[in-house]
Amino acid sequence: MELRLDQAAVANARRLASAIVDPIGDFIARHSTLSVERVVARLCGVDGVDGDGVPLPNRLVDALPAREQGLARALGAALAESGRTPQQVAEAVAAGEPLPDPSRTPESALRAALRPHVASGLARIDAARGARDVLLARLPQEEPPLLYVIVASGNIYEDRTAAVAAAEAGAQVVAVIRSTAQSLLDYVPFGATVEGFGGTYATQENFRIMRAALDAVSERLGRYVMLTNYASGLCMPEIAATAALERLDMLLNDSMYGILFRDINMQRTFVDQHFSRQLNARSGIIINTGEDNYLTTADAVEQAPAVLASQFVNEAFAKRAGLPERQMGLGDAYEIDPDLEDGFLLQLAQAQLARQIFPHAPLKYMPPTKHMTGNVFKGHLIDAMFNLTSVMTHQTIHLCGMLTEAIHTPFLGDRALALENARYVMKTARGFGDEIEIKPGGKIERRAREVLDGAVRILDRVAERGLMRAIEEGTFADVKRPREGGRGFEGVFAKDPAYWNPFAEALAGATALA
Amino acid sequence: MSTVKPYGDTLGDGAVQLSFTLPLEWSEAADEAARRLVGKMGFTDVAVVDGRAIASGFSFFVVYARTPVAIDVSAIQAPSATRESLTMEQVDALIAERVGRKVKIVGACIGTDAHTVGIDAILNMKGYKGDYGLERYRGFEVHNLGSQIAVEDVVRFAGEHGADAILASQVVTQKGSDVANFTALAELLEAENLRERTLLIAGGPRMTNVLAAELGYDAGFGRGTLPSDVATFIARRLAERVPA
Repeated sequence: MELRLDQAAVANARRLASAIVDPIGDFIARHSTLSVERVVARLCGVDGVDGDGVPLPNRLVDALPAREQGLARALGAALAESGRTPQQVAEAVAAGEPLPDPSRTPESALRAALRPHVASGLARIDAARGARDVLLARLPQEEPPLLYVIVASGNIYEDRTAAVAAAEAGAQVVAVIRSTAQSLLDYVPFGATVEGFGGTYATQENFRIMRAALDAVSERLGRYVMLTNYASGLCMPEIAATAALERLDMLLNDSMYGILFRDINMQRTFVDQHFSRQLNARSGIIINTGEDNYLTTADAVEQAPAVLASQFVNEAFAKRAGLPERQMGLGDAYEIDPDLEDGFLLQLAQAQLARQIFPHAPLKYMPPTKHMTGNVFKGHLIDAMFNLTSVMTHQTIHLCGMLTEAIHTPFLGDRALALENARYVMKTARGFGDEIEIKPGGKIERRAREVLDGAVRILDRVAERGLMRAIEEGTFADVKRPREGGRGFEGVFAKDPAYWNPFAEALAGATALA
Repeated sequence: MSTVKPYGDTLGDGAVQLSFTLPLEWSEAADEAARRLVGKMGFTDVAVVDGRAIASGFSFFVVYARTPVAIDVSAIQAPSATRESLTMEQVDALIAERVGRKVKIVGACIGTDAHTVGIDAILNMKGYKGDYGLERYRGFEVHNLGSQIAVEDVVRFAGEHGADAILASQVVTQKGSDVANFTALAELLEAENLRERTLLIAGGPRMTNVLAAELGYDAGFGRGTLPSDVATFIARRLAERVPA
C-alpha cells in the first residue's frame, strides 16, 4: 500500500528542518557540558566511586582548574607530569590532590600523554561494535517488526529473569526502564542495583549483567536479542558512552524530550544530545526518538502534525551528528481514542506516512497507553489493532503493548500474552499491507496529506522564530521552557580557544569520512 | 437481595475466571499444581482450561472455578466524590456567586513520579474526552507544577500562593510509593498549619475516594474522572464553606 504524497512538501519539510537545526549546530560547536567532559574521563578508563559513592569521573571534572578548556588537557597534563594512568589520577584527585594547570605542560606533551588512552577508549567502542556485527551475522534476528518489551522491576536480577523469559517468548529487543528520577541525577549511579521506582537504575554494571544474560539466551535461541536503555536526562552522553562499551544495541534519545517533559535546560540538552549521537553513530547504536510523548499528553488526532514535525527535527539533528539513517529509530505511537470512528484509518495514515517519508529509518512504533484502562480484555484488543497497523505499514521496532498497561509494571505472564498477540497478528497478516492499495483521495490519503501539510506549517513557524525561541514560546506540547532555565544549565559552558576534546575530534572526523 | 456471588450463567453459581503464572516448567503436574492451588484459595469446581509453558521455568494458566462465599452488600458504603457534576459554566457561576474571587489551585505529580498524564488531563486547558480542563475555567487560577515535585515544594508553593486546593497525582504505585508520597504531603500540610484552609485532593488510576479518605484527603479521583468532576467537587465544597 502506497500513499501518493506531495514530494515537494516532503522536500520542503526537510529543508525547513535543516534550517531549524543549523543555527543550533553553531551553538553546539561553541559549547560543552560537564557530562560531555565526564565522558572523556570514562572513555579514558576512569571508573568507580569515592568513599561517599560519588563517581570518579564527577570528582575529576569537578576538580578542573578551568573547565572552559575541557578535561582532556588537564588530564593529559596530569599523566605527563606523574606518569600515572587516568584511573590513578582520578583516585589521587578523589584523595584530595589538585589537577595541574595544563598551561605549564607543553601542548604536545599533554596530548601525547593522553593519546594512547583515547585510542584505547575508541578501540573498546569499535570492538563492541565488531562483536555485535559478528553476532548478528551468526545469530540473525527474525524479520521486523522487531518485538520489543520492557522490564522494570527496580531489581536488575529480577529484570534479568524477566528479560530471559521474554526473549524465550519471542521478544527480540529488551529495554530496561530506568528508575523515574534518574534523568534528573547529574551522575551515573555505580554497581549492580536492586532498588528503584518504576524502573531500574542505568549503571554500567547493570548493563553488563543484562548483556551477559541476553547473550546467553541469544546463543540458546539462535537469534540475537537486543538490549536497550535510555540516553536521556542530565547524563545523556555518559549513558551513550557506557552503552557503547557494554554493547547495548539501542538507546532512547530524543532531541527535545528532556527539555519539554523533564524541564532539563535546552542548551544542556542540545549539546549533550549532539555528542551522544556522535557516540551512537560510532558504536552502531540505534536511537529511539520520543515522539510518543506528544500524544500521551495531548489529543493524538490534533498532535499528529507535531509528531511528524518532530521526526523531521530529530532526523536533521541526527544527520548533523553523523548518524546514518539505519540508526534513526524515529518514533510514533498508536494513541488515538479507540471510541473515534475510523480512528484506525487515521493511525494507518500516520504510520504509512512516516514509513514513506523515512524509508530507511528503523521506525519505532509505540503502543497505546493513554486510553488503556483496567479493562484488560478491551486493552488486549486495542493492542491487536496496533499490532496490525505495525505489520501493515512495515514498522521496524515494535514496542509491544501490555494489556495491563494502566495497572502495573507488566507481570511476566502479561509480557508473554502481549508477545503472543503480536506474533499471531503479524504472522496471520504478514503480507496484508503489500496486497492492498490505498484508495486514491480516500480518507487515509487525505489524512496523510493533512498531517504532512500541518507538519510543514509547524516547521515553517519554528524556522522563522528559531528553535530556542519557539521552545520558549511553547510551540511544542504547549510547554514553555526558558533558554537559561531548567535543570543542568549551570553545567553548560562556552569553550575556551584552548579547549580540547580528542573524542569529539575523532567522532567528528569519522563523520566527515562517512 | 443483599447477598451476592459472582454470576457466571446462573444466579448464585459463584463462577470466576483467574489467570496467573507459576515459576514451574510446564507439565501435566504443573496443571495439577495450578488446580490444587486454586482449590487451596477456597474455590471449588476448579477447571484449568489452559496451561502452557511461556518460558523455561515458567507456566501460564487460565482457570475457571466457583467460590462458595458471598458478600452482604447492604452494609457497604463507598461514597463517590463525583455526584452529578456541573458544567464548566455552572461551576464558574457557582464560584462567582458564592466565592466571589478566583479559586487558586495547585496541582503536581509528587515525589519521583514523572507521569503527568493524569494531572494534565484534569488541569490542561484542553482537558480530556471533550471535557475542558480547569485552566479553561474562569473561576480557577491554576498552577500546574509538573512532574517529580517534592512534597515540600508543593506545600511551600501552596502556602506562598494561598492555594484553596491542592491536587496531588500519582500514577506509579510500585512498592507503595504512591501511598507514601500522599501521606507525606498530608502530614506536611498539617505540620505547616495549612490543612484546615486547603482542600486536599488525590488522583491517579488506582485512587478511590475510600482510599483518599483513609489517607486523610478530602476526596480521591480514579480512572475515568473528568475535569468537570473535580471542578464540581471543589466549587461545591468551597461554596459550602461560605455562609449563605
